[in-house]
Parts: sequence; C-alpha cells; structure tokens
Amino acid sequence: MLSNYIKIAWKVLLRNPFYTFITLFGISFTLLILLVLSAFLDHMFGSHYPEQQRFRTLYIPSITLRDSSRTSTMKGPMSYKFLKKNLSALGGIEAYGISSLFRTTNAYVGSKRIKMMVKYADSGFWRVTDFELLEGKLFNESDIDRGQHIAVITEKVRDEYFGPGESVVGKPIEFNGLKYRIVGMVKGSPVTHPYTYADIVLPYNSPKSEYESDSKNGAYIGIIRARSARDFPSIQREFEHLTQRGLKFPFEESGMKVAHLEAKALPFLTGFIYEFFQSESTEIFFTVVSLFMLLFMALPAINLINLNISRIIERSSEISIRKAFGAPSKTILWQFVIENVFVTSLGALIALVFAQIILSIFNSSGLIPYAVLSVNYTVFGIGLLLALVFGLMSGVVPAWRMSKLKPAEALKGA
Amino acid sequence: MIKLSGIEKVYRTSSIETLALDNINVDIQKGEFVSIMGPSGCGKSTLLNIMGLLDEPSKGEVTINERQLKGYKDKELARIRNQEIGFIFQSFHLINDLSVLDNVEIPLLYRPGSGSKRRELAKEALEKVGLSNRMKHFPTQLSGGQKQRVAIARAIVGRPSLILADEPTGNLDSNMGNEILNILLQLNQEGSTIIMVTHDENMAKRTNRLIRLFDGRQVF
Ligand SMILES: Nc1ncnc2c1ncn2[C@@H]1O[C@H](COP(=O)(O)OP(=O)(O)OP(=O)(O)O)[C@@H](O)[C@H]1O
Ligand SMILES: [Mg+2]
Repeated sequence: MLSNYIKIAWKVLLRNPFYTFITLFGISFTLLILLVLSAFLDHMFGSHYPEQQRFRTLYIPSITLRDSSRTSTMKGPMSYKFLKKNLSALGGIEAYGISSLFRTTNAYVGSKRIKMMVKYADSGFWRVTDFELLEGKLFNESDIDRGQHIAVITEKVRDEYFGPGESVVGKPIEFNGLKYRIVGMVKGSPVTHPYTYADIVLPYNSPKSEYESDSKNGAYIGIIRARSARDFPSIQREFEHLTQRGLKFPFEESGMKVAHLEAKALPFLTGFIYEFFQSESTEIFFTVVSLFMLLFMALPAINLINLNISRIIERSSEISIRKAFGAPSKTILWQFVIENVFVTSLGALIALVFAQIILSIFNSSGLIPYAVLSVNYTVFGIGLLLALVFGLMSGVVPAWRMSKLKPAEALKGA
Repeated sequence: MIKLSGIEKVYRTSSIETLALDNINVDIQKGEFVSIMGPSGCGKSTLLNIMGLLDEPSKGEVTINERQLKGYKDKELARIRNQEIGFIFQSFHLINDLSVLDNVEIPLLYRPGSGSKRRELAKEALEKVGLSNRMKHFPTQLSGGQKQRVAIARAIVGRPSLILADEPTGNLDSNMGNEILNILLQLNQEGSTIIMVTHDENMAKRTNRLIRLFDGRQVF
C-alpha cells in the first residue's frame, strides 16, 4: 500500500520535471534561506563561544549623558573608574568583568605588518566569559597588581607572529613601541561578538589604556554574570540605582552640563536593540524578524498551493478509478496526505543537506574567524511544520473535495 | 444477483434538467450475460454506473445480492464495489503512472492481504488475459487491445461475482473486439455474471439477454 503510494508520488514527480523542480525548489530554497538566516541570527545573538553563558549575562554597553533640556546627548562606552565604582558595589552576582572595546594596532615581524585587535581587561573579564585556554594561564588580580607588561594572545596571533605550532608562553611580543610578555594563549572570539572579540588582551592598567580617566565617558564596557537569568530584574534595578548614587547634577563632562545620566545593564539582544533603536523592546525585533520570515515563506506557499491544486485536478481520473475499484474516500485522502508528506520531506531533506554544506563551507572559509554556525533544529522543525501545513492544506483539501465526488462524474469522457 | 426497481435519474444543471433514466426495472440472475443496447445518449452508461454504485439514482432501489442499498454509507458502498463488482470501461481508465502489474493490483490494495499475495493474484489475472509477458510495461507502451486486456485483468483480479463493461470493445477494431468478447464469454462460462453495454448487434446476439433502451426508457 505505502510503496504503491510512494511509487505513484515519485512517478507524479517525474512526470512533470519542471513542476517538480519548481515545487521542490520552492520548499527547499525557502527552508534553506530560513536555516541559513536563523543560523546567522543565532550565531549573532545566541549563547556561543566564548559567551556560552550569555543567557545569564548582562551587558553594560554604554552610558547616556544629557543636558537639562535634553537637546544634546552623549552616548558611548564608559570609563574604567565609573564601571569599577558601580560594579564593585553590586551584590548577588557571580562575577563582573570590565573590558575595553577592541582597538587596532600593528605589530611587525621583520618588515611584515600584522594588524591586531587589542583589548584591555580586568581579571573579571575571564570570569564572565568562557575562553578556552590553549597554553599558559589567564592573568589574575595579582598579575595585574604587579604592573608588569603581560598579554594573553589568540592562536591567530601566534600563527602570524610566531608561526603555527610554536610555543608562546614567556615569549615577548612587541607593538606600540612596547614589549609584552605572553602569559597565555586562548582560542579567539569571532568578530561578530564585539564584547569579547580581540587578538590580544592586556591588563587594564597597561600603558595607553586610559583606565585612570575620571570622566564618565571612556572606552570600557561592563559584563555581569548572574547566577541565573531570574536575577536579571533585581540586578538591573540595583545597578541603575548605583549609577545615580552620589551624583551631583548638573556636572561638567567634556564641556557639557550633564543633568541626566543613564547606564543600563541589559541582556545581549536587548542591549543590541537598545544601541540601535533606543528601545528595550525585543518584541519589535522578534515581530520584524518573524514577519519577514513569514512573508518570505508566503510566496513559495502560494506557489505550492497553486501547483498542488492543478496537479490534483489532473489526477481526478486516478481518484475515480481507485474509488471505482473500492477505495473509500478516507483511503484516497490518506494517499494524498502521504504523497504530500513525502514530497515536502524530500524538499526539507534537500534544504537540510544544502544548509549543512553552506554552513560548513562558511565555517571553514575563515570569512569570520572562529565563527561556528550551525543549523538550528528548532527553526528547521518549525519550517518543516509550516511546509507540511501548507502542503496539506493545498494538496489535501482539494483531494478531499474530489474524493467526495461520485466516481461516475470524473470518469466521464476521459 | 442485481435488481433495479423504479430507477429514475435526473441530471440537474443550473439551467436544464435531463431525465436520463425513467422507471427502469431490471432483474439479472447469477450467471447471466446481459447486453444493453440503444442509441447514443439514451442512458446506457448512466444505468451501468448506477448498477455499479458509481452513481446514485434520483429515485428507485438498487438491490445487489439481496441487499437493498438505500442509505448505505460511502465506506460500505466502497466495500461492495471492491469485493463484488469489477468494471471495464470503453476508454480503459488505466493509471498511466503505474506499471501493468501495479494497475492490476489496485482492487487488492483496498482489502487485507500481503503484498506477495497481491502480486501472485495479479500475475494470475494477467496470465488469464494472455499478458503475463507485459507486466513491467506501462499503459502508454501498450496497444488498445492490450490495454483493454489489462483492464479486464484488473476487473477480475479480485474475483468479483459481477462484471460491468461499458462498451469494452468500442475503441478497438473488430479483431481485437472479438478477442475481448471471447475473454468475457470465457469468464461467463466460469461463473461470472456480466452486464455489457454495446453498440454491436452481433456481439449482443452472443449474450444471453438483451436490454434495449430508448431515451431513458426500456423498450421491449
Ligand atoms: N453529468 C451529467 N450532467 C447532465 N447530463 C448528463 C450527465 N451525464 C449524462 N447526462 C445526460 O444523460 C443522458 C444519458 O447519458 P449517458 O452517458 O448515460 O448516455 P449513453 O447511452 O451512455 O450514450 P453513449 O452511447 O454516447 O455513451 C444524455 O442525454 C446525457 O447528455
Ligand atoms: Mg455511454
């Protein structure tokens, strides 16, 4: 029975290769885009190396300063001191880290210039992230207190500066006219993770880090690791409260009379949206993304419905023949359900294979070093489900109506 | 075997009503070979479709093997079509996407039984119509006569007691037509009840009984 149905489904597919191509292409291409796109979104916003614990992490990406009339606004990263003062007073958290955004520097090997991204960080930075240590150690408080020029590098720097496979711990690396002794090497973070991305991480008290600046504005951002995401509201409230503590408005900052100061600790996605849209509502983001995806799926769905309906009409005589020889309406319906599921699954399978290929090509291309994109099976499941729903609606509803017809009708003339 | 009483069939389209059958009363016994004749449009196919439960009469009763079928549900009618009736159509109505063997198996798909048993029965039926060497072919690769023989194999594979044939030789030349008629006569000999619509007086003469229709009415 089943093999007879699959055989027929296969034959119908082969009978009209062009329609089949369009149908399968529609299903697979849509799912494929959906999978690749969601892999990118997941890579950008999900919890991945070295921020595997993003789901219980809060970020303080910026401070906003306004004058009393709110006509001028200054927004950007903060000073080390501002973050240190407020974060060290924060209770009930697992850890906090302070680090600068990355900055470009050049190092030279002989006459060859190597471009590198440098970040300054405190020891907490290593506690709020999960970098994989490949060699040596990460600097801790006492290392920082000794005030030596030390550095943690990634294997990318090792490969370019020392050569692949070389041992680096204890060796000096020179840039900005200064020598740093390498204490450790980690696996790098992809550039798509701006708060952890860097080729070289230096202690915050290294030269040129501007950690002693007394302004509010600066080059640093804060990261808080909560014990659990459930603690977010209380941490956020306490942090905002701390930032207002002991301020005497208005005060001077870079020539501006500051009357309002705002610094928020936000989950990654919320922070991202906040930076771009000045809104903390992730609903809008999700609505836009889902609307876009739905719209994107609507076109092939309509196409699928059309093709399905015309294909079923083509097959009215087959339906009647089967009925004439004893197929009950329900059995006919089952045949079309199975056929539809078969075709849709075929399309989904193609999409999955191609998505895996594209992502693995992307991952190994080094276009974004350290980025590991993978198929999100939840998204795949939802996409498959939608495709099945559309397929069933478009294929089975007309089949159901046809199966209700008296067989004599459709056998006439044909 | 099959009994029709007071059958009336009205086709209603938005503008016109056609009375295709008017007060038809027929009683066919087990083992008979009956022909139905009449000019084009007189209602022969309509009558055969009602006998075969492919269509419903507007009025009147159909009784098959002592069961009066008024009010039977789709599933029950499907069962009777499957177990007790085999159809042969003028234009063959084979499924072109399936091989000859798969086509012949169709009636067996809708009853219990294993795949190998189905295969076996279908091969047997094809042997009977002399087509066992064409099992793997597809309908489009066959001549008209061969197609009709496949259709006959499909009609008899489930061993129905009643075979309904609507102009089975209508699309064939007289040689082929005779061959098909001989097969049907053979089946009748073996015990099948057969009702056949035909335009051919000579063929009708070789059957047991003739029902003549004119303009939806029986003529005697
Ligand atoms: N679905 C339908 N709707 C309306 N009228 C129909 C329908 N089917 C058949 N008719 C009409 O019913 C009458 C009988 O049709 P039927 O097909 O039974 O004739 P027939 O005797 O089989 O003719 P032929 O020898 O040409 O096959 C005809 O007048 C036909 O136009
Ligand atoms: Mg007819």
